[in-house]
Amino acid sequence: MGNPAAPKRATVRQMIAKSAGNKRKRAAERAVPVVLFLIAAVSVLTTIGIVGTLVAETVTFFTKVPFWSFITGREWLPFSNKDAQFGILPLIIGTLKVTFIAVITAVPIGLSAAIYLSEYASDNTRRIIKPVLEVLAGIPTIVYGFFALTFVTPLLQTVIPGLKIFNALSPGIVVGIMIIPMIASLSEDAMSAVPNPIREGALALGATRFEVAVKVVLPAALSGILASVVLATSRAIGETMIVSLAGGATPAFNLGFTDSIQTMTAYIVQVSTGDAGYGTPIYYSIYAVGFTLFLFTLLMNWIAHRITKRFREAY
Amino acid sequence: MRITEKPPARVLIDREAVAGRMGFRKAVNAAFSVLFLSATLLALLVLGVLFYRIVSQGFGHLSPAFFENFASRMPEKAGVKAALVGSLWLMAVVAPVSLILGIGTAVYLEEYAKKNRLNDFIRMNISNLAGVPSVVFGLLGLTIFVRALALGNSILAAGFTMSLLILPVIIVAAQEAIRSVPRELREASYGMGATKWQTIIRVVLPGAVPGILTGSILALSRAIGETAPLIVIGVPVIIQFLPAGVLDTFTALPMQIYDWAKRPQAAFQEVASAGIIVLLALLLAMNSVAVLIRNKFQKRY
Repeated sequence: MGNPAAPKRATVRQMIAKSAGNKRKRAAERAVPVVLFLIAAVSVLTTIGIVGTLVAETVTFFTKVPFWSFITGREWLPFSNKDAQFGILPLIIGTLKVTFIAVITAVPIGLSAAIYLSEYASDNTRRIIKPVLEVLAGIPTIVYGFFALTFVTPLLQTVIPGLKIFNALSPGIVVGIMIIPMIASLSEDAMSAVPNPIREGALALGATRFEVAVKVVLPAALSGILASVVLATSRAIGETMIVSLAGGATPAFNLGFTDSIQTMTAYIVQVSTGDAGYGTPIYYSIYAVGFTLFLFTLLMNWIAHRITKRFREAY
Repeated sequence: MRITEKPPARVLIDREAVAGRMGFRKAVNAAFSVLFLSATLLALLVLGVLFYRIVSQGFGHLSPAFFENFASRMPEKAGVKAALVGSLWLMAVVAPVSLILGIGTAVYLEEYAKKNRLNDFIRMNISNLAGVPSVVFGLLGLTIFVRALALGNSILAAGFTMSLLILPVIIVAAQEAIRSVPRELREASYGMGATKWQTIIRVVLPGAVPGILTGSILALSRAIGETAPLIVIGVPVIIQFLPAGVLDTFTALPMQIYDWAKRPQAAFQEVASAGIIVLLALLLAMNSVAVLIRNKFQKRY
């Protein structure tokens, strides 16, 4: 602009000089990382918030109910007027019952589906089946709960005569169905990550597809498969709506699967839908139960993390 | 046996034994391929039965009146209006809040964060957060938003809670989308004299938008079907009016379905099924949009 002898060059130089001199732009350039860091800090604050709330309210709970009777008590009778009991073991057993049934339902089916998709299915079949399977993961849990209560339980009652309307079996199976896609999808990813030359080597030696899948691919993908099962277990432990609708509200310290139970999550829902006053032991008990639940899922996620880290096979 | 008659090199493979076992091994292979396929189909069958049950039970109850009526004690008058509108209000809060937080975090982690322990901690924290049960997020919302910030059981309190719940999903989706934008594009932008922020806003984010949108829509569809946090926050069920602002109390589709499903009368099961059809239709619409976006913009680079 100002220099007629070499207009173009000067223009670019001037643009650069002008741009470098733009104080507002430079300030923005420096402010952006700070703002974004603050946004990223929200996720950390969320964790601090969760742990902080749970710990603070749980500590208050333990001023009203002794810690020892909470973790060793075999009776959970919070609504009893005369003699309220806060022993969490029945809730933990209820949770473990449902989780156990869910895992033994989901692991065979989920793993079979993963092996089929990764080792047997053609590309076209996989492209159809995989998204449909993932629809199972996208269905809200409230819908599964309704399905368990109105379809699976009556169906099971025709096979098992002594089965109550609320029981551990039906929600367990349905939670299992819910976590199938998780196991199938994550395990399939782990198996697909096993390089093809290894498969081809085994096939060239005369192995059948089944032998390749079970003796070559499964061992190589074991860490990913185990991690998927542990993560799915964690999801089953934290599942709320299915067990609230179909599991019942009777904390039971026994190993039966046909009677009404209550899980940790279902108890939190029961108190939240009731009218327990703020400040009562019942109000604080949902935080103590929530904290226990949080520790369980945290432990599972930590195990999954360790498995993937320790057994990762690098190709 | 006949080993002595053969030259030593051929002893390594006993051909007869191999041939003798071949039939069995092939049979095992065939049997298991059928087994694996049927297990996969079993899972799909369950999906089919679930849809068939819901639709056959609830379709009869779907009518214009179902969308115009509020909740009612009488099943034939029970409608989904307050719940549907409430769910849309909830999305109006969750979508902007979770997108701003999620994309902001992803841009920070992918473009600005140096490799140090603080940023490693942020990353690890996000993956841990994804594993926390939704009911625990409800407890967080109850303590922080409902009580400490005194928002009550309003749309805003529920919206913030849901936003935090789906935040990890959106962050991971956005991170992947940003990572998929090739380095050459960034370098070309720097080469033209653009600053880092200009590069992010004008080159990286536009390239990452399809991936971010797809992941975010899937995350939002999770939020719309989530029930447990709403129950813990104390969102009511019987609501006879529509919310006028984000500070009003409200109800949402899954809450309404939960209430209907719990009622003992058989007629309410049909109402619950009808409510589920509405919820699933909403999810289907959102997922279709996500798939459309993915197919339209897939593999641009």
